[in-house]
Amino acid sequence: MISDRGITRLREAAAWPELDARYEITNVAGHGGMGTVYVARDHVLDREVAVKVLDLADRRGSRAARLAREAHILARLDHPGIVPIHDAGTLPDGRAYYVMKLVRGRRLDDVIAEGRPLAERLDTFARVLDAVAFAHAHGIVHRDLKPENVMIGAFGEVFVMDWGVAHEGSGDVEPVVVGTPGFMPPEQERAGDAVDPRADIFALGSLLQHLAGDDAPAPLKAIAAKARQTEVSARYQHVEALAADVARFRNQDRVDAYRESPLERAVRFYRRYELPILLLLAYIVMRFVLMVWRGI
Amino acid sequence: MPFPSTRLSVVERTRSSDEETRRIALATIIEAYWKPVYKYLRMKWAADPEHAADLTQEFFTTTLEKDVVGKYDPARARFRTYLRLCVDGFASNARKSERRLKRGGAMTLVPLDFETAEGELAAIEPAAASDVEELFYREWVRALMERSVDDLKRFAAESGRPVMFEVFARYDLVDEPESRPTYTEIARMLNLTTATVTNHLAAMRKQFRKILLDRLRELTSSEAEWESEAARLLGPARHR
Repeated sequence: MISDRGITRLREAAAWPELDARYEITNVAGHGGMGTVYVARDHVLDREVAVKVLDLADRRGSRAARLAREAHILARLDHPGIVPIHDAGTLPDGRAYYVMKLVRGRRLDDVIAEGRPLAERLDTFARVLDAVAFAHAHGIVHRDLKPENVMIGAFGEVFVMDWGVAHEGSGDVEPVVVGTPGFMPPEQERAGDAVDPRADIFALGSLLQHLAGDDAPAPLKAIAAKARQTEVSARYQHVEALAADVARFRNQDRVDAYRESPLERAVRFYRRYELPILLLLAYIVMRFVLMVWRGI
Repeated sequence: MPFPSTRLSVVERTRSSDEETRRIALATIIEAYWKPVYKYLRMKWAADPEHAADLTQEFFTTTLEKDVVGKYDPARARFRTYLRLCVDGFASNARKSERRLKRGGAMTLVPLDFETAEGELAAIEPAAASDVEELFYREWVRALMERSVDDLKRFAAESGRPVMFEVFARYDLVDEPESRPTYTEIARMLNLTTATVTNHLAAMRKQFRKILLDRLRELTSSEAEWESEAARLLGPARHR
């Protein structure tokens, strides 16, 4: 009898891609919705790369078309937060593939679980916003932003991954629902509805909720809530607007999404100007002590 | 028997007017399903080994052609799911009538080695046993893999290159990664060059994929069902 581990091994053997001599597959890096990512050695440039290969060559070609579209989108998006693509093609058995930079690191959901400081998590979020804003400027909506699709490299680099269901402004609307529950907005949950960059803003709001955690300060929760508004027009209308509000929060300025009480404003004012306020108070106390001392 | 190039759905072939075609198609279904059915009856229906063996025999002998394949509608369910539901109905009826069944007929089509199947059942992980539907699927995959490996071995032998299968067996039929030899070690064992080992392995994996997908095509009733099963077999679900 072939054991369960033996079956897993045979499945891997059956899926193992037969690439040309340039790329030598060495390992499995991970699995996506429609394909497997392998680690390979590029013998021409003598470096390691990642190869994403479809699990199946579908007769209708819809999977191949989706992978090709992802490859073209990656080729268009030359940004430090988006993995560069090197090559693309079709295997002899009909499966489509593309070759990209190998990112060694961890997924954001694993990093979140470690409970890193809020400032560090918001720094990561700001870099995700940069990459997504860049894609939007090129007319591309990611449509599946979530912690599992963000990678943190060994030196803190942030990459937005998996553009397999990304939508180009000029492309047709698909008659199927794509995305992840909890991260996709209501308009994306309805198959056939057109989505625009504000769908990603909803997902970014969900991402911010995850990053900030349950004990996040109220203004930060309000930013996430505004990004996640059911009504499209009630959300931030551009990633830049969301990024600006997050930056204001980080600078301890008043954020657009949150109406603060006078006490909260005073506390925020104090936190922002803590050192000058303390110096001023120290000066006043010292003057008072001097006056009293001279009076005696 | 020459190696088959493209396989038609066995479900289609059971409806052929040619008796020999029908007989081979039924034998193929029995080959693919008897072990999953036996283990399913043991796990889900808590049938003792003898009773499970009787039920399995009876199911494939008297029920399969007329009541299972004959009434199958591909538009309503995939064949594997449908067959499992038929087994449930069959086992339920048998339990109600508390009848003991005679062994016999299926032996003429495919020999069923229940002792081996019983031994394999002992090796099934407890986690798998808790989900009988998943167990049925896994046993179905196991039977599919075993038959595909047999086909691959036969293919290599008929091509006059049994050493190619030896390379595949020594590398891809080893369960534990730590006990898997390197290409160089296999080359030394089989008196080949490392490059030849690499080429043989690539060729065998390519052929194995083809055989596996062909076998799968044989066990499914439509292109859509084949694609869905193949995606599950080779896609992310395999890593759960």
